[in-house]
Amino acid sequence: MAEQLATGSRRALRPALPLLLPAYLWLTVAIFLPLSAMVFFSFMTDLPLAGKEWAFTLGNYAAFFSQSLYSKLLFASLRLGLEVTLWCVVIGYPAAYVLAKVLKGRSREAIFLLVILPFWSNGLVRIFSWAMVLREGGILDTTLNAVLPSKINIDLMYSYPAVIIGLVHSYVPYMVLTCYLTLQAIDDSLIEAGRSLGASRLQVLKRVIIPLSMPGLIAGAALIFVPVVGSFMEPRILGGRTGTFYGTVIEDQFVAVFNWPLGAALSFILLAVVLVILGLAAPVLRRAG
Amino acid sequence: MRMPRLTAFLTATAVLVSAFTLAAQAAEEVHVLNWKGYGADEPWAVANFEKATGFKVVNDFFNSEQEMLTKLRTNPGLYDVVMINAAFNDQAMAGKLIQPIDTSKLSNYADIAKDKAGSPMLNHDGKVYGVPWVWGLTALAINEKSFDKPPTSIAEMWDPAHKGRVIIRDDAVEAVQFGAIASGQNINDIKDMEAVKAKLTSLMPQIKTFWSSENDWNQMVASNQIDIGTYWSGSADRAKTHFKLPVSLVIPQEGAVAWLDAFSIPAGSKNVAGAEAFINYMIDPKFYVEWVTKVGAPVSANTKAVEALPEDAFNRKVMGSPEVAKRIQFQAPVTDEQREKYLALWQELKVNVK
Repeated sequence: MAEQLATGSRRALRPALPLLLPAYLWLTVAIFLPLSAMVFFSFMTDLPLAGKEWAFTLGNYAAFFSQSLYSKLLFASLRLGLEVTLWCVVIGYPAAYVLAKVLKGRSREAIFLLVILPFWSNGLVRIFSWAMVLREGGILDTTLNAVLPSKINIDLMYSYPAVIIGLVHSYVPYMVLTCYLTLQAIDDSLIEAGRSLGASRLQVLKRVIIPLSMPGLIAGAALIFVPVVGSFMEPRILGGRTGTFYGTVIEDQFVAVFNWPLGAALSFILLAVVLVILGLAAPVLRRAG
Repeated sequence: MRMPRLTAFLTATAVLVSAFTLAAQAAEEVHVLNWKGYGADEPWAVANFEKATGFKVVNDFFNSEQEMLTKLRTNPGLYDVVMINAAFNDQAMAGKLIQPIDTSKLSNYADIAKDKAGSPMLNHDGKVYGVPWVWGLTALAINEKSFDKPPTSIAEMWDPAHKGRVIIRDDAVEAVQFGAIASGQNINDIKDMEAVKAKLTSLMPQIKTFWSSENDWNQMVASNQIDIGTYWSGSADRAKTHFKLPVSLVIPQEGAVAWLDAFSIPAGSKNVAGAEAFINYMIDPKFYVEWVTKVGAPVSANTKAVEALPEDAFNRKVMGSPEVAKRIQFQAPVTDEQREKYLALWQELKVNVK
């Protein structure tokens, strides 16, 4: 039966080509071409628009290394990425566990809906809603002052914590979804076996559940860490004067000063750094798994 | 069998798309590129213009001068009218982004103040590349709730009483020129950059956040989060007149940055006649008076338009007074080299607050 299927699928490859074609065509046109154009731009002195003179240069990459500004910002962005990922694990993993192993039926569907809900709203709307909640005299400030007897002043807006809150809110569903999938796949009898052999709840968690759900944790962490390091909208709106990160400087190069070559070079340096980090982390995480 | 059908489908899509493009060109549209909420997109103005001329106005917007230049560079032939700060006109002309304007087609052009119309920033080789529209100031604006009487000095921004309640625009050139005024220098010939840097460095801890659009500024005042900040004169007027916010403009004794906004016609415009009609309407006194009364606006470059305002109007009385004229400094073009230097300084300041 399995053999039949295998030969069948090989024979089916030729007629399947037209089905694959749109996807590959799309990938080529939408991702490969613009990206290679950006690689090209990153080695140019200026854009060849309106008859401007240009030449090939490594200067855009050299700019990153000659000014401490960029490495300082990259470091700040990497730290932001790590912190947001960590908070997403802390908040998302227990939620995923409850969804996969505790709740059943209707209540699971309801909670699931709440987790996915942020995905259905526009990112900009979410961030502006946080602005209304976090600012002085905003929803959080007013509510806490109405409940608490003493007067406190909550003004989280335009600060580093505000950026963290906004980003964690945007990205925690990724962690919940990836962890949920792996947690759900764990056979309940494995947990029961561990318990019946005398393992405490904590030991079962450490020796059975976390190792088996590690692929989900890693996938979630990678899905969150990479975009957060390059994020620019959330820091700009929620961070105020402390909201300058690597991503916002890249955005400035494209939008504010029209220096696409430098912006492209900075983006590819970010890409390289992120790939190196993921490459270094992969074996360590796999061993942990 | 499948491939021809796919090809047919793609061809059909291509034909449909080109049909739409053709239809769009046929409808005598005037594509206008300007700041959002800056006169040209007022619904009543667009309706009046369309009724009078039969052209259809399509508005598009930018959030910074650099974005405007980017849009012109990357969409040749799309726009018919573009609003350019005179200090950027040079750059747009040198990049062959705009074309000379036949001012004989503009009946209101003769009424434009001679010093504005003759500005060397808008005229190159005896040809006119920009029609002066309005001018105004980048000065200070205050939240009236935070002051008993309006301050007179720029030093108010550094007052510890306003710590965390000051706002400035996230723009390197504007920030550096503001620093130049605060350190008593000529904005177009900054000799002592260290003094500017020192001034701005000591301002950073005062700042709540940076603004990039009028909307940012107005929301900060509406939720009472700021006391004082840099603002454009027309925007302050709009905040007060149109949005009924407790905002008033302060022209500090140390001076303010003055700018001149002008309309140009992009190279490759498909509807030059429509563009000329639209520009002429924008500098018309009737439009200007309605704009000031209904919405709030900067000062018109058309002398007849300013004279049409009531005697005690802010744009006529204060902005037109010789005492103010002595204090303000008009912005000259900034070279790419200077811009990069300013940006480096500004980025350094922003990174160091972390």
